[in-house]
Amino acid sequence: MGTSEYAIECASISKSYGKVKALQELSFSVKKGEIFGFIGPDGAGKTTLFRILTTLLLPDTGTALVDGLDVVKDYKALRRILGYMPGRFSLYQDLTVEENLQFFAGIFQADIRENYYLIRDIYEQIAPFAKRKAGKLSGGMKQKLALSCALIHKPVVLVLDEPTTGVDAVSRREFWEMLIRLKNDGITIVVATPYMDEATLCDRVALIQHGRILATDTPQAITNAFPWQLFEVKSTDTLNMINLLKQHPEVHNADMFGETVHVSVKPGRISADDLFSYLQEHGHLQSEIIQGNPGIEDCFIDLMRMTNE
Amino acid sequence: MNSAAYAIEAQNLVKRFGSFTANDNLSFFVKKGEIFGFLGANGAGKTTAIRILCGLSKPTSGKISVAGFNVFTQAEKIKQRIGYMSQRFSLYEDLTVAENFRFYGGIYGMSRDQIRQKTEEMLGKLNIAELRDTIIASLPLGIRQKLAFSVAIMHSPEIVFLDEPTGGVDPITRRQFWEMIYQAAASGITVFVTTHYMDEAEYCHRISIMVDGRIEALGTPAELKAVHHALSMNDVFIKLARKAVNKE
Repeated sequence: MGTSEYAIECASISKSYGKVKALQELSFSVKKGEIFGFIGPDGAGKTTLFRILTTLLLPDTGTALVDGLDVVKDYKALRRILGYMPGRFSLYQDLTVEENLQFFAGIFQADIRENYYLIRDIYEQIAPFAKRKAGKLSGGMKQKLALSCALIHKPVVLVLDEPTTGVDAVSRREFWEMLIRLKNDGITIVVATPYMDEATLCDRVALIQHGRILATDTPQAITNAFPWQLFEVKSTDTLNMINLLKQHPEVHNADMFGETVHVSVKPGRISADDLFSYLQEHGHLQSEIIQGNPGIEDCFIDLMRMTNE
Repeated sequence: MNSAAYAIEAQNLVKRFGSFTANDNLSFFVKKGEIFGFLGANGAGKTTAIRILCGLSKPTSGKISVAGFNVFTQAEKIKQRIGYMSQRFSLYEDLTVAENFRFYGGIYGMSRDQIRQKTEEMLGKLNIAELRDTIIASLPLGIRQKLAFSVAIMHSPEIVFLDEPTGGVDPITRRQFWEMIYQAAASGITVFVTTHYMDEAEYCHRISIMVDGRIEALGTPAELKAVHHALSMNDVFIKLARKAVNKE
């Protein structure tokens, strides 16, 4: 096992597919024992990065070490200590649930009984279907089997590519409870997700878009660095109100956030009362305005706009 | 009840597969021009119900009409009057933007002139007229999803079904997409939408939440939050869906 405090160290990783720059000079490090999240939309480069980290794709330039092992030179040794759950279901559809688990344990020469404690909570939920072919499982059960197979050799680092995409809010929450238990068992977890709200469940996150990292830090530090003052405004006729707010000289931006509109303004220049009067003058008589706290999604939108401009 | 006011009328919709009841006595009405959020956990039976409403599958029993047509006897009429898009399938990736418009317009029986005019209009609205001859596969997901929606409503359907249209889309595009939904609804198109983003549930006029094949809640977001003593739709959803037995 590597002696560094880092489970992953990436320096200037780039990868292009023809003219498309999938990753541009990515540098980051993941500490041992943390849950590190890559938060970004489809096409941001998350899958390309994960394939490089799991030795399935060569970077054009840059270096990446996982538990001290080089993803290019030491790929054989590295594969033994990695657990990888790709975004697309990649188990053997014609094998049963238990055959898949035995297969993965066999390849890694792992003892299922010895490591069973790691997957007990997850595998017990699919154990009633142990004789069913993997291809006949529902989406949620496939996901649990894939996670069990990725864990059965007790990897040092677990890499999960969008495990919660297309999954409902309750199942997503349960999945994250499982990840936190695995973290407590000492496994370093790198996870990609397009859901901004999952950022707060990670120890640290990298916000990623168009193959570049927009920010890397704890979720708290990222939201603390939000450069604007935020108000949450509630009113009827939201679209009209957003256009109105955007015309106000002190308003930086206004975006829909569920039942409220988040309005970012230059700090200290304007109060909730000022905004209320402004809206009232323009026909929004019944608005409610409170001081708000920015979330990761506010920060992501702001950073996206900064890099696009 | 005034039938003309409703785009979808479903009374006692039941769908069984063998001994499994996927849709257990669903009753709901969707008003014309309404944005109706159709929520539920994975495996709750949403896809089964959507397939029935789109005329692709026959229910076991019930009294169901879509755009004024009976799902048992007039499924082909229904298909002509609805639009559909999903996250997984929307446009043909090997065709250009204009070819996709031509293909779908042709399927819906639009004339060449109508198709040409709609293509210009839709591309103009999205500010991407220059992408007319670009292959879909080479476009970013955000633009593709906005195009897919434009194609789904190019024949001015009475109802458009959107199955997780914003999955994986960046947060700015997600909001632009909802602005398009609002504009479509304002022009009279009824919108029937599923999503796993609970903030988007707040953008719907009314919502139903399915649990284990049944509709457990139906109302405006404000009503549902009040009834379930919840601060957000996420809380409402979790309270209801936690009870589910048929989880995936």
